[in-house]
Amino acid sequence: MSFKNRDIISIKDFSKEEIEDILEYAKHMIPYAKGEKYTTQLQEKILATLFFEPSTRTRLSFESAMHRLGGRVIGFSDPSGTSQKKGESLADTIRMADAYSDAIVIRHPQEGAARLAAEFAQVPVLNAGDGAGQHPTQCLLDLFTIMTEKKRIKGNNVVLLGDLKYGRTVHSLAYALALFKADLTFVSPETLKMPKEVINECKELGVEPVSTTSLEKAVKDADVLYVTRIQKERFPDAEEYNRVVGSYRIDAMLLQDAKKDMIVMHPLPRVNEIDPGVDVTSHALYFKEAFNGIPVRMALLSLIFGGKKL
Amino acid sequence: MKELKITPIKDGTVIDHITPGRALLVLRVLHLPESSSSVVSILMNVMGKKGRKDIVKVENRELDPKELDKIALIAPKATINIIRDYEVVKKHTVEIPDEVVGITRCSNPTCISNAREPVESRFHVISKDPPRIRCYYCEREPEDIAEGII
Repeated sequence: MSFKNRDIISIKDFSKEEIEDILEYAKHMIPYAKGEKYTTQLQEKILATLFFEPSTRTRLSFESAMHRLGGRVIGFSDPSGTSQKKGESLADTIRMADAYSDAIVIRHPQEGAARLAAEFAQVPVLNAGDGAGQHPTQCLLDLFTIMTEKKRIKGNNVVLLGDLKYGRTVHSLAYALALFKADLTFVSPETLKMPKEVINECKELGVEPVSTTSLEKAVKDADVLYVTRIQKERFPDAEEYNRVVGSYRIDAMLLQDAKKDMIVMHPLPRVNEIDPGVDVTSHALYFKEAFNGIPVRMALLSLIFGGKKL
Repeated sequence: MKELKITPIKDGTVIDHITPGRALLVLRVLHLPESSSSVVSILMNVMGKKGRKDIVKVENRELDPKELDKIALIAPKATINIIRDYEVVKKHTVEIPDEVVGITRCSNPTCISNAREPVESRFHVISKDPPRIRCYYCEREPEDIAEGII
């Protein structure tokens, strides 16, 4: 199957087989991502990174991925210096970037912005997060992390924890995990439960997610614990926020009863939902997960430019 | 039982088999009566052969395809009768298209289709009965389709 010139907007645009192909190709990218091997595959290509919202990992890893493939990067990480501030439409900004580059990476605060960008660009567009919408490359690197650590996704009990209502990554991840027939457990405060829409999608894919508010039991049975940040602004008062955040904090004590090979993942940045004491345990996978953004994004960039096997 | 309680119209459109209680919504999405001076008659909760229904009659006006799509979304079983000189010259049921473009706004206020961008709203129809649509841009599904109709 060909990925050449394809937009990467939503994980739902890809079949299970296509996702498997991307992940397989990403494995080959690991030594290049680490700088152990070198390639000039994209040396004549320019990638535009348009970040209308702050980002650390996604922007840096896209840029690093492009550099590791021998390509060049232009773009901005703060829209205040661009014509957007003068009232230029996103469509016009995209037309410009389209003329100046061979592919566009976009992060934008409004849902659907990447899909709109793809309509106005001739070159491929990669969605690096659109508001509370999609973040397909994060989803792919999460799948990649589970697949490389657990050998396969199917049959693993993946616990999604935290803000499941507004969390950008968990909706598409739940869908993708269901596509791969993982067992799903959703743990969240009552007010931040996974939307019905997402639960129904999982059911349509033949997976019946378990929803609970009890973290202790879920951790005991977990193969993967995927933690997300609970944002303060989602709560009516600070007291309620502190209570909820306290009850969902992961520390080494909580992990004592976990399976030995259980892995803890987090899309980062974390604030205080994972105690730094967990970092030194064998469960902590979140920094490796962040590294995995490079081989996965390298694979995607290589594929949309018609990449040959390295 | 005599079905029609209002006299027949000479020319215009009779929208029949509207989901009971939705006649006023049909008027709203057709921007009636403010968009024209046509005489409009409404029958609500009329007993028909297949149960209760609403009927809307609009004199001297035939509906365009966009208006038919709007009606299909809120009253998927409606039938459209075109009347000319007291005769039904054309009768058909409304049909929800596979894609709905430019007739309903996304209910998500932060969807890019609600921003000042040169695009029309666009939805994929994911179910025709009951009607369910998903925004092409933000992938959200509005809970109440009628609310967003432009």
